Amino acid sequence: DEQFESPSKPKFPILLPHRLRVTTEASCRPVKYTTQMIADGVEDEEKWLAAGIAGLQQNAFYMHRALDTNNLRDALKFSAQMLSELRTSKLSPHKYYELYMRAFDELRKLEIFFKEETRRGCSIVELYELVQHAGNILPRLYLLCTVGSVYIRSKEAPAKDVLKDLVEMCRGIQHPVRGLFLRSYLSQISRDKLPDIGSEYEGDADTVVDAVEFVLQNFTEMNKLWVRMQHQGPAREKQRREKERNELRDLVGKNLHVLSQVEGIDLDMYRDTVLPRVLEQIVNCKDEIAQFYLMDCIIQVFPDEYHLQTLEVLLGACPQLQPSVDIKTVLSRLMERLSNYAASSSEVLPEFLQVEAFSRLNNAIGKVIEAQPDMPIFGAVTLYSSLLTFTLHVHPDRLDYADQVLGSCFKKLQSVGKVEDNKATKQIVALLSAPLEKYNDIVTALKLSNYPCVMEYLDTETSKIMATVIIQSIMKNSTRISSADKVEALFELMKGLMKDSEGTAEEVDEDDFKEEQNSVARLIQMLINDDPEEMFKIMCVVRKQIMTGGPKRLPYTIPPFVFSSLKVPPSLVRQLQGQDENPFGDEATTPKTIFQLLNQTIEVLLTIPAPELALRLYLQCAEAANDTDLEPVAYDFFTQAYILYEEEISDSKAQVTALHLIIGTLQRMHVFGVENRDTLTHKATGYSAKLLKKPDQCRAVYGCAHLFWVDDQDNLKDGERVLICLKRALRIANAAQQLSNAARGSTGPVTLFIEILNKYLYFYEKVNQHITVDAVNSLIELITTEMQQNDSSSSAPDPAAEAFLAGTLRYIQFQKQKGGTIGERYQAISTVKE
Amino acid sequence: MVLVLAIGDLHIPHRAADLPPKFKSMLVPGKIQHIICTGNLCIKEVHDYLKSLCPDLHITRGEYDEDARYPETKTLTIGQFKLGICHGHQVIPWGDLDSLAMLQRQLDVDILVTGHTHQFKAYKHEGGVVINPGSATGAYSSFTYDVNPSFVLMDIDGLRVVVYVYELIDGEVKVDKIDFKKTANPR
Repeated sequence: DEQFESPSKPKFPILLPHRLRVTTEASCRPVKYTTQMIADGVEDEEKWLAAGIAGLQQNAFYMHRALDTNNLRDALKFSAQMLSELRTSKLSPHKYYELYMRAFDELRKLEIFFKEETRRGCSIVELYELVQHAGNILPRLYLLCTVGSVYIRSKEAPAKDVLKDLVEMCRGIQHPVRGLFLRSYLSQISRDKLPDIGSEYEGDADTVVDAVEFVLQNFTEMNKLWVRMQHQGPAREKQRREKERNELRDLVGKNLHVLSQVEGIDLDMYRDTVLPRVLEQIVNCKDEIAQFYLMDCIIQVFPDEYHLQTLEVLLGACPQLQPSVDIKTVLSRLMERLSNYAASSSEVLPEFLQVEAFSRLNNAIGKVIEAQPDMPIFGAVTLYSSLLTFTLHVHPDRLDYADQVLGSCFKKLQSVGKVEDNKATKQIVALLSAPLEKYNDIVTALKLSNYPCVMEYLDTETSKIMATVIIQSIMKNSTRISSADKVEALFELMKGLMKDSEGTAEEVDEDDFKEEQNSVARLIQMLINDDPEEMFKIMCVVRKQIMTGGPKRLPYTIPPFVFSSLKVPPSLVRQLQGQDENPFGDEATTPKTIFQLLNQTIEVLLTIPAPELALRLYLQCAEAANDTDLEPVAYDFFTQAYILYEEEISDSKAQVTALHLIIGTLQRMHVFGVENRDTLTHKATGYSAKLLKKPDQCRAVYGCAHLFWVDDQDNLKDGERVLICLKRALRIANAAQQLSNAARGSTGPVTLFIEILNKYLYFYEKVNQHITVDAVNSLIELITTEMQQNDSSSSAPDPAAEAFLAGTLRYIQFQKQKGGTIGERYQAISTVKE
Repeated sequence: MVLVLAIGDLHIPHRAADLPPKFKSMLVPGKIQHIICTGNLCIKEVHDYLKSLCPDLHITRGEYDEDARYPETKTLTIGQFKLGICHGHQVIPWGDLDSLAMLQRQLDVDILVTGHTHQFKAYKHEGGVVINPGSATGAYSSFTYDVNPSFVLMDIDGLRVVVYVYELIDGEVKVDKIDFKKTANPR
């Protein structure tokens, strides 16, 4: 048990202030733990903690009893014993904290008791002196601080005097963990008693200067203790020590937090007193962990406005720090805060300009990177990335600043070579994406001359990813890129997607490749200008680029190119209309030039080979040529299409579709003279008759009938040739029937006949003299007979055909009732009701 | 009330980058019960997008469609109506209403939905209705110089169908509606 001596026999000289009475812990008796535990040699922290808590609680119990009975002497005795548990060296900071918290709670009760004691007549000065009789220094100092709290509240002495005394007395504890917690206790109880501006503790003698001095001193001492931990103990336990240090860091940082809350600290005091003192300690302690943590602390707790105004000083400290400090993170966080500050309100932006924030940060980063040539590239890029974000927020209109940052990054990349590190490439993508997100406009980003330079340093995969990011940005913002120069600049960035990189045989996943090329195709849609001249220039740039893509890419890139280009001739024609001569002379862009370009481009598809696609594109071009009255051009496109059909398209299904397209396109052409049209029509009907399957033949042939009858062109109504087609279709339908009989023993579908009937009606209605009403009637009869035969025979009924016929007959009835010419024509048709 | 979206000829990415943003914001999943698509999407991503709007998706093959397995024609029944779909490049002359009416009789449907011309049409004849929803992206077509993006929403209710056509004209979405009633099925 601790012997507590009565005040009449003081152990040490008692004078205020007690500056020189510093005793070290070495002279104190060690706390006794249960001999049992020592004998067992148990190194179990949990057990020590439990023992400590038990001891603490036991003494607290007696202390409470003393408090209840107003027994000051016993209260002091048992509280000192209780506090002795905190003298342990056996607990890690984490566990020590648990013990500390309990002691803290008990001391609150003691403090209340002290306050009441003073009301009961006990002098606070005497109390202050009395507690110093505690045998061991640690309990003594905890008690002193507790009394000190009451002392300050009593205002019997200036706050600054008491605080000064306490902060210096605490020097008595030089053990890091114990010292840190003790000073933390001091900090906690003094927080609300600082002689701050507007505080009740402010007086003539007490000012905020004293408050600041107190906190700074406490902070400095705490940091020293904290740093000392690094070097205590064997080297092999370094990791554990560092972990423990990290557990304690908030105790040190709290002081800075307290400073940030002091009302009386204005910018001047911060700049002239607080920051220099804090930085001095940070730099001088030469400890990596402390430096990193405290620099970050400063940045986080003090206002952004202060950081701006002290930027030079703050940045000036950075090169003085230990080389192993992760300065890039510190700077990045600083820039992040400043970026957010800039983003919060436009009113603060002039401040940034006034303090030349950008150039200072730029220089600081440059110095840091120079000073650490071994910094991994990931770190350097992160710094530039943060700086770029900062620049974009603070100086959104200064593209030159942004370009400068990219330029510095580019230089650094140059010294390193192609980047292999995954983390670094991700950072480069983040760096390059920042301008896109800020400007929402690739065109602005294209103005940054160093942008493509930085992209060069991405490996192929990442280059493609970045290109995709750019395309997505364009799509999201519906950005149009409307000049040939800008398109060229854009394609520089798209290289990864648009052609194989040199030397590498790329293994790309097929689905990924498709997706990439489809996004390139979409991109091509965004390269437009309403002015046909400029558009043509753009198309030339596009063509040049896609031609380097190789056979795998062309089927994806040529179609969008063609369709974009096809928009030009009509607008050119419009432009040229109303002008007597072509004002641009013979050299200028004419629809013909464009078609030539298209012809040459589509040709390339044959080398892949992609004949079906080429055929479709040729026919599209023919239609466009038709609309610009260029007969020879249209004819040439048709010829190309026909050649493809004859030589390259052999799949039956493909042939049917191709033929549909040929006939459909030809039917709409009005630009052809008689000879050309005849040749093409003749060929088309020939192809129709040669399709493999009879039903396909039949349909194609009656489709050709429309080639001889175009409603809006009177000279294109050749009734006779129409009838020839229809009759031929009938013959084929018959043959199909017989074939079906022979091959399958059943009649084929009657549908073909009904289709032909409908076509007869179509032309009959248009008053084609060659289609007689008798022909119609006999066809109807033929069909009805066929259907009745089918019903009676064993073959399955054909509900589709029946419905089709019924529909057709209903149509005839309806037309009969129409009246006028139509009604008259239809009257003659006899529909036999079933 | 059954909502059927009729849409087609998007031609992504050959002729258009994407649906107009104003259309995209209107077409939300969960509101439509069926989608009828005339074809020429052209790529799988567009198929997946339409599928996300409504799982009951019916597509016919356009001549530029990447997926060659779509059928040439399709018929389905919704409520009292029989609908038929066909892209339309197979019906010559292209866009000719009489020839389309023939296809309608052949498929034996009340409503024929067809495309290819990129021109919106809703045409009633004695055999039923022919609807062309136009091109949802306003894709290039040799039929018209300036194609306005458009699509159609059909509200099928008993024997009545209201056809809403949405067109993007000069940046604004304009809506028109047409009413069709059919007589009860005699057969």
